[in-house]
Amino acid sequence: MSVDLPAGRRRIEQLLADHQDQLIKRWAQTAKASADELTEIYEALRSAIAGDDRDLTDVRGLLAELSRSRARRGFTPSDTARAVFGLKEAVYELVETDATPDTMRGFIWFSLLMDDLGLFTFETFATAREKIIIEQTEQLLELSTPVVAIWEGILAVPLVGTLDSARTQVVMEKLLQALVDTGAEHAVIDITGVPAVDTQVAQHLLKTIVAARLMGAECVISGIRPQIAHSIVTLGIEFGDIVTKATLADALAHALRRSGVLTTERKATRIAIRAEDA
Amino acid sequence: MTAAREMPIASNGDVVLVRQYVRGVAVEMGLSLVDQTKVVTAASELARNALVYAGGGAVRVETVENGRRRGVRLTFSDEGPGIPDVDRAMTDGWSSGTGLGLGLSGSRRLVDEFDLESAPGKGTVVTVTKWGR
Ligand SMILES: Nc1ncnc2c1ncn2[C@@H]1O[C@H](COP(=O)(O)OP(=O)(O)OP(=O)(O)O)[C@@H](O)[C@H]1O
Ligand SMILES: [Mg+2]
Repeated sequence: MSVDLPAGRRRIEQLLADHQDQLIKRWAQTAKASADELTEIYEALRSAIAGDDRDLTDVRGLLAELSRSRARRGFTPSDTARAVFGLKEAVYELVETDATPDTMRGFIWFSLLMDDLGLFTFETFATAREKIIIEQTEQLLELSTPVVAIWEGILAVPLVGTLDSARTQVVMEKLLQALVDTGAEHAVIDITGVPAVDTQVAQHLLKTIVAARLMGAECVISGIRPQIAHSIVTLGIEFGDIVTKATLADALAHALRRSGVLTTERKATRIAIRAEDA
Repeated sequence: MTAAREMPIASNGDVVLVRQYVRGVAVEMGLSLVDQTKVVTAASELARNALVYAGGGAVRVETVENGRRRGVRLTFSDEGPGIPDVDRAMTDGWSSGTGLGLGLSGSRRLVDEFDLESAPGKGTVVTVTKWGR
């Protein structure tokens, strides 16, 4: 603010000092926050106002903390800003009983200061929410793409839903890590639940399979449905010598044979399905 | 009939939304599951090209009719660097980056009508149409 209002400011400082307990109690009621939490902010605010440089760094730090914890606990941003404005109300109740021009001027100054701080909490709250949303998205990615051991030495990754590049990459990295962790030598990537495979997803799959090979593990792709097979072939993607199986069960049987668990060849009761419109 | 819709392509999330919307329209136009998947795959390729090579763009999704046939038409446009050598870009396996180089050429095979216009420095417009049977 351009004009300094020493007398008014001093009145507010005095009010804040004389009525600390009463003000914090009132504040806590409107702000729905614990008195302890607020006392800390209150004291930081008092020393900031009293200081010559009016350094609000500490106050802002505490308010940012308040915003973040509230964002986590699911408060709304308005709730959080209102918590700050609550002190203004509490101070106003006192000022009302002592409405000298100095006090009023001081209150206006204080009120603008609190508005600024309120907006600041609003902003930090929004930033905190965004961060939480990003974190949750990442967690969801992790959760929605499990790598499971279906047999000793055989891992399976059932992919379900739309594969965007971020998700494919997460799954593929998880699979490679799981191969290291478990020492498994076989993996089945099942794409029965995937609605479309484009060049990027195919490339992620191919790279992972090559990387797995370098680590001494063999991957099988299962569950390529007719419409996906059509699109892959039309696009011109070649899976080379990568083994593909119709179903997860076929892929498991293949892996079991390869690892020597199953020794008997299954009766070849293959039914040819023409990949016409499914 | 569904009204034409203009969708932005500014992030990977947008590519997913485009794909999902195109699927919905293809279903509505009575395309078979194979044809739905083909046009969705082409949409994925062309949207990603706009995102990767032009830093983003937009797609117009509309329905088309020709006598008894109905279909879906997609117009991808961007204001990126354009494609200096279209013939080369349409060649199977050619990529200026590390891709498989199958996005453009493969998309042409996935749809019934394919049109690419690109002016170096101005941008690229790719229009594709897939008809129901
Ligand atoms: N919208 C665009 N703007 C500028 N250049 C483009 C655009 N679309 C494609 N290109 C150029 O054409 C080349 C071929 O594209 P294409 O989609 O066929 O292959 P790719 O994107 O390199 O690999 P992928 O097989 O993963 O799609 C690209 O490498 C790029 O140089
Ligand atoms: Mg491409």
